[in-house]
Amino acid sequence: MDVKRFKEYISWLYYQYLLVTCSYVLEPWEQSIFNTVLLTVVAMVVYTAYVFIPIHIRLALEFFSSLCGGQHESTVAIMS
Amino acid sequence: MVLNMTEGPVKKPVNGNGCCRTSNGVKPGMNGCVKNHLYQQHSYCSSDEKSSHICHNGGIYKRPFKESFEETPMLVAVLTYMGYGILTLFGYLRDFLREWKIEKCHNATEREEQKDFVPLYQDFENFYTRNLYMRIRDSWNRPICSVPGAKFDILERVSYDYNWTFKYTGRIVNDVINMGSYNYLGFAENSGVCADAAAEMTLKYGVGVCSTRREIGNLDKHEELEKLVAKFLGVEASMAFGMGFATNSMNIPALVGKGCLILSDELNHASLVLGARLSGATIRVFKHNNMQSLEKLLKDAIVHGQPRTHRPWKKILILVEGIYSMEGSIVHLPDIIALKKKYKAYLYLDEAHSIGALGPTGRGVVEYFGLDPRDVDIMMGTFTKSFGAAGGYIGGTKELVDYLRTHSHSAVYATSMSPPVVEQIITSMKCIMGEDGTTLGQERVQQLAENTRYFRRKLQEMGFIIYGNDDSPVVPMMLYMPAKIGAFGREMLKRNIGVVVVGFPATPIIESRARFCVSAAHTKEMLDTALNVINEVGDLLQLKYSRHRLVPLLDRPFDETTYEENED
Repeated sequence: MDVKRFKEYISWLYYQYLLVTCSYVLEPWEQSIFNTVLLTVVAMVVYTAYVFIPIHIRLALEFFSSLCGGQHESTVAIMS
Repeated sequence: MVLNMTEGPVKKPVNGNGCCRTSNGVKPGMNGCVKNHLYQQHSYCSSDEKSSHICHNGGIYKRPFKESFEETPMLVAVLTYMGYGILTLFGYLRDFLREWKIEKCHNATEREEQKDFVPLYQDFENFYTRNLYMRIRDSWNRPICSVPGAKFDILERVSYDYNWTFKYTGRIVNDVINMGSYNYLGFAENSGVCADAAAEMTLKYGVGVCSTRREIGNLDKHEELEKLVAKFLGVEASMAFGMGFATNSMNIPALVGKGCLILSDELNHASLVLGARLSGATIRVFKHNNMQSLEKLLKDAIVHGQPRTHRPWKKILILVEGIYSMEGSIVHLPDIIALKKKYKAYLYLDEAHSIGALGPTGRGVVEYFGLDPRDVDIMMGTFTKSFGAAGGYIGGTKELVDYLRTHSHSAVYATSMSPPVVEQIITSMKCIMGEDGTTLGQERVQQLAENTRYFRRKLQEMGFIIYGNDDSPVVPMMLYMPAKIGAFGREMLKRNIGVVVVGFPATPIIESRARFCVSAAHTKEMLDTALNVINEVGDLLQLKYSRHRLVPLLDRPFDETTYEENED
């Protein structure tokens, strides 16, 4: 029963997607082009986010921690 | 009163500050950040006494006058533009494929030998027709095969090549509820008094005389009709024409010409626009129903006169409509008449939609406001809508009508009206006036007003964005997104309701809408069925955009800073 309702919900969601993006009025081959392009873009965005965001966050943290009176890296290097 | 989302904190102090306001409606001080939004929601009320110190025109309106144009939600506007963007991209792709003969080109193109001439099919309208309209063309121009009354039958058709061509399946979709005809009083019937009278007249007079009124086409029926129309309108004289569109487009050039000024509402119908352009007069356009804008134009016209020579204008003619068919708004006639008297201009009122549909006895917008028809110089209207016939009329003083009889192109050159059509008008008009000895016509007018109120109220309660005046039988419901135009038309027809959907170029590009026309012929059951279906489809397509809770009463006073002072 729940599976059925979930399926209905997904198909409703897909219908809304069709309407908002105007894929509703596109011909099937245009729709597939549109979906492919959109999926590719989304996938690339997600992948780039996955790869680069942790690095950037780490760099940013280091930068701010050094600003907020953290010990300077070079001084640490000299000490050792 | 404007609820303008973009400029709340800046404008509020100005509104609250009574001393800044001048009495003649000129907006105090320029307000840099105020955007000119045509469709701002404004509620307009002047019935109650307590607001009269704010309303400079408080006494003019005899009844509450409430109009709303809810602003487009930001997210919806963004998504709509995005949708058009996607469709435009695919349009360019398809045009590219057609250009390189990769896909078959169905649409009209220049011939090979014309290729060095000016391109014919490159402008935006053609691009739009080819790549956007074509995709949802099945929602328009549906052929019907019965009388377009409260219900009608539609010929079923299919398309195997994405709406480039249609094939009839031979089946008929029966008993579709008709929410699209301008059949306000339900006189579009193939049985009953009007139809019988028209049939009888066909046997007696034939279907037409192939001559003009000036030559040998003038029948006693025509004169009877003109007398009746004059009596109906409460004017001295009137004359009838065989075509409503030509009544506007051919009579305006007869009334004004070079050296005259036409002040035209920006949402006027194409026939008025065409007439104004044909006349050769200077045309200035004022914002829709915006009295400040009109007054400014009038003042400028009086002060400055004609450009360069600064001679006074020969005539100043104000062109307005009773009900605007795309917005469902009613003209602010009391204000316009006051302005017209103040500045000694002439007023041309097109009652195409309002005649029969407004006013306690169906006399149109003049009666709706309880005004004197003699204050309107030229009363124009059509027989096409409420009377279920064809043609148009002009009413006014005897001098005006006599002048038009000799000078108007459509009076001089057009073939006279067909007698059965004339008879249909006479019978239906007598029915409305109660001259046939029944109260049937009066009941229809009453029924229409009730249906309109009920239908509008219900739609607003459901949460749709509905434009226009509460008393207007034209009910535009906003759809916005291009895919939803097609989807709404199809889903409604699937559920046996025929509706009219409207998009660009008839409306601004993001404000696509469905337009329902309420009729007196609709029973409460039909309206309820239609409303249930609209509710269902509205949920399916997510059309309930409205963010306004219904205000129970009209206690917000009319605020004259509603209107933007326009600079151009």
